[in-house]
Amino acid sequence: MSDTHKPKLAVWKFASCDGCQLSLLDCEDELLAVAGAVDIAYFPEATRRMDGGPYDLSLVEGSITTPHDAERIQAIRKVSKTLVTIGACATSGGIQALRNFRDVKAFTSLVYAHPAYIDTLAQSTPIAEHVKVDFELRGCPINKAQLVEVISAFLNQRKPLVPHHSVCVECKLKEQVCVMVAHQTPCLGPVTQAGCGALCPGFARGCYGCFGPKESPNTSSIAQQWREMGASEQQILQAFRGINGYSEAFRVESERIEKRLHPSDDPKTP
Amino acid sequence: MDKRTEVIQVDVLARVEGEGALYLKMDGGEVKEAQLRIFEPPRFFEAFLRGRDFRETPDITARICGICPVAYQMGACHAAEQIVGIHPEGPLRELRRLLYCGEWIESHVLHIYMLHAPDFLGYESAIAMAEHHAEVVERGLRLKKIGNELMSFIGGREVHPINIKVGGFYKVPTVKEIRTLRERLLWGRDAAIETVRWTAALDFPDFNRDYEFVSLRHPDEYPLNEGRLVSNRGLDIDISDFGDHFEEEHVERSNALQAIHKGHGPYMVGPLARYHNNFDLLTPTCQELAREVGLGESCTNPFQSIVVRSIEVLYAYEEALRIVDAYTEPDAPSLDFTPRAGTGHGCTEAPRGICYHRYTTDDNGILLDAQIVPPTSQNQKSVEEDLLHLARQSMHLPTEDLTWRCEQAIRNYDPCISCATHFLKIFVE
Repeated sequence: MSDTHKPKLAVWKFASCDGCQLSLLDCEDELLAVAGAVDIAYFPEATRRMDGGPYDLSLVEGSITTPHDAERIQAIRKVSKTLVTIGACATSGGIQALRNFRDVKAFTSLVYAHPAYIDTLAQSTPIAEHVKVDFELRGCPINKAQLVEVISAFLNQRKPLVPHHSVCVECKLKEQVCVMVAHQTPCLGPVTQAGCGALCPGFARGCYGCFGPKESPNTSSIAQQWREMGASEQQILQAFRGINGYSEAFRVESERIEKRLHPSDDPKTP
Repeated sequence: MDKRTEVIQVDVLARVEGEGALYLKMDGGEVKEAQLRIFEPPRFFEAFLRGRDFRETPDITARICGICPVAYQMGACHAAEQIVGIHPEGPLRELRRLLYCGEWIESHVLHIYMLHAPDFLGYESAIAMAEHHAEVVERGLRLKKIGNELMSFIGGREVHPINIKVGGFYKVPTVKEIRTLRERLLWGRDAAIETVRWTAALDFPDFNRDYEFVSLRHPDEYPLNEGRLVSNRGLDIDISDFGDHFEEEHVERSNALQAIHKGHGPYMVGPLARYHNNFDLLTPTCQELAREVGLGESCTNPFQSIVVRSIEVLYAYEEALRIVDAYTEPDAPSLDFTPRAGTGHGCTEAPRGICYHRYTTDDNGILLDAQIVPPTSQNQKSVEEDLLHLARQSMHLPTEDLTWRCEQAIRNYDPCISCATHFLKIFVE
């Protein structure tokens, strides 16, 4: 079955929900074509076949949360010619990075009967904090079309066409009504990277930041806008501290708000 | 039988969601240990939910699982709604059911065609299977795609839907919009019938066990979102009494907590349990087809769960058609409520079995406590008992065959290991 002239693809999982690698299996129309163009050498969710490296393209899902995983990603980098991270966990630490703002020891003893059985790091961190990453595909979950674009760009040795502008641009392109202007609904669209197709505003709700911060976002300005619309400091804090809470721009803004809320506390260095 | 002494270990289980390993130890012809080891790292959802607004639970808990996000969203909504004293009825309830049908279809078809069937036909994957069974795999992909389209139609997208909120939805479809689903659902219903016939004709190992089957039971419908918790051994309780009857244990080899029925032991949740407890509530087409393919009203062979899943896919397509045809637009996309202090429970039938939520909030709706019990941690003990019995029964097989057979026995449960590790009970010692 092994096909030597086709590029070898591997899919790896760290702490995550499986949704981003599932997106590959959710490409029902393209899956067999992709399988025809690449040699799926390692993808445990889909196949029992587990070929050794080196791999031409590694897709990495999930964040680093254990000492063992911190070592595993180093080994994966060594056997991967190109390494692409997929999804919010791999690119920003994911929702589980909410632990980074709290004391993880308290977490384990709070929830496990025998904390000693649990081997976990204090923080959930993105892959790029550990190894060189060739391309980061954002989203919680990633957009299937963007995933196919990234794989295809890799196969053709070109740069993936993935826009870094805001959700607002997508919203305008779809001729959707601005939920902030029309309905006074708080929305993170202006500071969030496009990719979802401005989904939430299309469903009459505000964006909640699945694709993380766009290039040079003005987070303080949007926070101020939310305040003027009546959102509490706590609500604004939680909005930044969500799916991509540990991404730099959102983290910095949430820490700024936290200082306003608790000016006497020592700032916790991330 | 010879005095076989061997350790069988599969470090990375394939075609399951998440990271697990198989460990089987045989000594002097006896099976000493049979374990499903879960090494997927914990993510501490229950801990970081504390302090969040209860209205965020559908969006946050969806992230527990990319394959069954709706199960978490529904459980979270029901628990939250119990706290504030609302109960979405009529079209809102029907739309939730329709969304859940989409998830059952997408998740079950993924398992039937891509994760489970390759075992029976001796392929490493569905992609390899497609070389000789292209039509079958294409039918599976299209069936799955329609499930995903249903989820996107109601929820905005198939993974982590965005249109779900406490009280209902952000936006609901018009009658005209929903009817556009009809043609695809009709095709899907026929393809689901083909699927049942196809899976029923596979070769199954002769393996039956006497399980305690735990599932929801609703007086009028095959259970998805609501019902009482029942079993074939006399359990019949309100979901809010879950904690009195079930408990979770923390064992060394697992980052998941294993659940047991107090005073009874291991139990099974999922398709076989639902089917056994609710056969009479399936549609006539499902019942007739089940009889035609020789399945009967109960199934105690976990390898045949692939057939039961296929019956449930057919049910989901028929139920989706019923909802689409009867749909009228609700007065509002969601019900209003005021946050208040309280404790609420939610329990729904995820594709893999019951998924239980309990939340406690303060006056402002801030979460003080959260507990979520996913189906896979409930099935873990049952999986291990299956492995033990199966290994005893299959001791004559060469290592490679025995290993594959044991892997298959784990896949019978469609385990979702990503789900299983994220559930951390608040423990008071």
